[in-house]
Amino acid sequence: MFIDLVLWATVLAAFSGLPGFFFPRRSSGGERIAAVLMGVAATLGLAGAGGSFFASGPVPVRTLTWPALGSAEVGLDPLSAFFLVPVFLMGGLGPLYGLGYWPQRQHPSNGQKLRLFWGLTIAGMALVVVSRHALALLLGWEAMALSAYFLIAAEGHRAESRRTGWIYLIATHAGTMALLALFVLWRRITGSYALAPMDGGVLSIGLMNLLFALALFGFGVKAGIMPLHFWLPGAHANAPSHVSALMSGVVLKMGIYGLVRWFSLLSNPPAAWGGLIFALGAVSGLLGVVFAIGQHDLKRLLAYHSVENIGIILMGLGLALLGRSAHRPEWVALGLAGCFLHVWNHSLFKSLLFLCAGSVLHATRTRQIDRLGGLAKAMPWTAACFLAGAVAICGLPPLNGFVSEWFVYLGLFRGTVESGAGSGAVFGIPILAMIGALAVACFVKVFGTAFLGEPRTDVAARAREAPLAMRLPMLALAGCCALIGLAPMLVVPFLDPAIACWNAEDQPAQSVGRLAPLAVIGILAVSLTLCVVGFAVFFARRCDVSRRGPTWDCGYAHPTPRMQYTATSFAQTIVLLFGSVLNPRTHRPRVTGLFPLATRSQSHVDDAVLDRILIPAAERIREHLNWFHRFQRGLTQHYVLYILIALLFLLGSLFPFKTILEHGFAR
Amino acid sequence: MISILFHLTVLLLLPPLLPGVITKTKAWFAGRTGPSVFQPYYDLSKLMQRGLVLSETATWVFRAGPLVTLATALLAGLLIPFGGLRAPISFAGDLILFAYLFGLARFFTTSAALDTGSAFEGMGSAREVTFACLSEPALFFALMVLAKLSGSLTLASLLHAPAGALSANVAAPLVLIAIGLFIVLLAETCRIPVDDPTTHLELTMIHEAMVLDHSGPLFGTILYASAVKLLVLGSLLLHVVAPFETGRLWIDGPLFILEILALAIAIGVTESVMARLQMRHVPYLLVGALLFCGFGFVLLIR
Repeated sequence: MFIDLVLWATVLAAFSGLPGFFFPRRSSGGERIAAVLMGVAATLGLAGAGGSFFASGPVPVRTLTWPALGSAEVGLDPLSAFFLVPVFLMGGLGPLYGLGYWPQRQHPSNGQKLRLFWGLTIAGMALVVVSRHALALLLGWEAMALSAYFLIAAEGHRAESRRTGWIYLIATHAGTMALLALFVLWRRITGSYALAPMDGGVLSIGLMNLLFALALFGFGVKAGIMPLHFWLPGAHANAPSHVSALMSGVVLKMGIYGLVRWFSLLSNPPAAWGGLIFALGAVSGLLGVVFAIGQHDLKRLLAYHSVENIGIILMGLGLALLGRSAHRPEWVALGLAGCFLHVWNHSLFKSLLFLCAGSVLHATRTRQIDRLGGLAKAMPWTAACFLAGAVAICGLPPLNGFVSEWFVYLGLFRGTVESGAGSGAVFGIPILAMIGALAVACFVKVFGTAFLGEPRTDVAARAREAPLAMRLPMLALAGCCALIGLAPMLVVPFLDPAIACWNAEDQPAQSVGRLAPLAVIGILAVSLTLCVVGFAVFFARRCDVSRRGPTWDCGYAHPTPRMQYTATSFAQTIVLLFGSVLNPRTHRPRVTGLFPLATRSQSHVDDAVLDRILIPAAERIREHLNWFHRFQRGLTQHYVLYILIALLFLLGSLFPFKTILEHGFAR
Repeated sequence: MISILFHLTVLLLLPPLLPGVITKTKAWFAGRTGPSVFQPYYDLSKLMQRGLVLSETATWVFRAGPLVTLATALLAGLLIPFGGLRAPISFAGDLILFAYLFGLARFFTTSAALDTGSAFEGMGSAREVTFACLSEPALFFALMVLAKLSGSLTLASLLHAPAGALSANVAAPLVLIAIGLFIVLLAETCRIPVDDPTTHLELTMIHEAMVLDHSGPLFGTILYASAVKLLVLGSLLLHVVAPFETGRLWIDGPLFILEILALAIAIGVTESVMARLQMRHVPYLLVGALLFCGFGFVLLIR
């Protein structure tokens, strides 16, 4: 019954954008209908996914019959249900946000398209998560990936938007190619496309590693693991903000889902896999946040933080794999708990942060952090939501990010204490600590520069609070962050079945709630919050503000907004510390003469993979293929000639040479 | 029960004495009489009765900063055992919460500094978050060494004298992390050679630059919270350098107070005999702390 709810929700989501096409371009009827339909779909989907955790009995399965697939099964086990929750939650909140952020009246040319592909993306992701058949999964995967392209490139009139759209399309197809190879290989090995567990012990190690490498590449491109993340910052920065929220919060998790599902199918993984996944996670986490610090663009910065959080998720998954190889159920349970809960948490706080960034963009029309400032006064709700998201993403108590990082820490500390195979992973602890401290630096920089202080430009001074339709989703997400942070024991009934479902052989003896005393964390988080509120009330009663004056700038009489510390200078020391990785570029003006003219300088941090490796490499390849241009002169006659040659060639293949020769020689 | 009461009393009342002792030590080194060791108490009571002057730029974040700092410092104080006494709150994995509480405090202190829009305060908070990126991994390496030695994940049991503390295998890592933790303590509590709380030039300050605009009760809260932080981090270090315990409250309690006062004197001596490092050299010192703690761990698992 629950799976039917989910399937109906998927169908409803897929068609939610269609009614909009029957309305006039400038009427707001279509967007309201789409928002209502997506809201209903989200409610159904969440009810189905949430309810299935509490249903007893075998995993419900339905069969889809479609000639192309044969009969493909879809099922709703706890693992699928766990990943469905963020899909439908964000799927429902996004269109509501879109009512304020991307109203049809202001975007008549692309509003309808955006909503159609939003629904299709959600439906595609739901199909990916529930399918038990490789080709059905691939169908959902492509529906998601292609619709996401149209979402990213919604503003096709901007060159930057088109460019990042292309890069995304290339990246996602490279990934799909690997997945196709993976599924064909799977078919050859197991004899069917069904995604059923198999014993990895019967395969040769080379074949296992090939399966692993294909899955890692195919799903890793989508997840944005560090060397494969190159499409991500641009795409997330240039998409409309609620699309960025969906992409960053939910679509990336499909890559994680793929990896998690694939590892659950193969038993007996070699220990090296876990080590590799863990190392990739550590690299993504550290470099993701370091690159984030170097950014000046609010949304690019958030996009790099997605790489960081994917890194933390992978560290959890790697720990679980290591635990599986070393037969340590506690590592598996804690690693997976961290991985899964961070998937939820990241989808909550990253979506929240992107929605806040969207309302800043909506109010000021700029993404440059150094042009903002003082927004907390004009946009108090947005500022409070952003602060909640920032505290959560830094993994600080009392919000949800802390709980999932704490799981990973606990698992790693257990590795420290109980030395044995795979205990090299303990060096992840200081790396995680460093990631946490760098994330604090990064978000203090963003929050402090954009929301606090004085407005640095006119656009920031004129900012207004976002409309209610945009504030509601932000508040809902912030509320979820607070709920998981203050009452973490509530997630145990969702985590335990999902962990048990992943791990058939080494069942954890204890529930995650036992391994990690979540109730104590909850009580302490609540008391910390109450303590701060109590202090605030005490101080509000006790002392009155006797005077307000200008900021004490060490005696400077009239400090101006331009004298404030900028985000760039705030991050400078860290950027220089990591200069060898970041390779920051500064273009300084040359000042000559006694009275130089006004000039400008700029600094930027290019992406390590895209700007320093892929694009130069592509340029090099293009140079080498230049000779090919002589066949492509733009003359129609030449092309007609090519068609003729191709036709002759094809006809030639039909020509019965063989029979003629046989006849000739027979005589 | 009595031990918890003692813990709370020490946590709430002792902290302001420590900066007083440090100041007195420094004065003694400089050949001055110096203010009484109880001067911080008088300062606090005076500040709490003052009115509040706020910047026109500041929002509620400015006021939240000191309050969050105080709340986190007190909660961290409840998690850490003082000397041989048990901590009031103890559970598996509390060491991670302990470390992250300081992260929360840092987030709000630095945000509150940026809230005034002052260049000096921005500079101070940039330095604070930057140096924490190096001191935090060092702290975690030290905690890993202690966890490995004790085989436990609670601060209460990991901070007690490990068996065979005098054998070379155990003592060598402990010496290394003691050095590392001392540097982290100096950096986190803004002491020379990282920061000079008494300098007159705002450009060279870290912590004091961040709180330039705080006044009255809010400033008092900040002073008190940083004293609590000194006590809490100091008692963490004491567990490594002086892990003496008898199991009797009436010996362990006073012993702890004596130890922490001795640590304050040691900090005062360090401050008197050293000059503040140049700001660009501070990261090297912290990387040194990181290496000390890291090598301590490597020695242990080799």
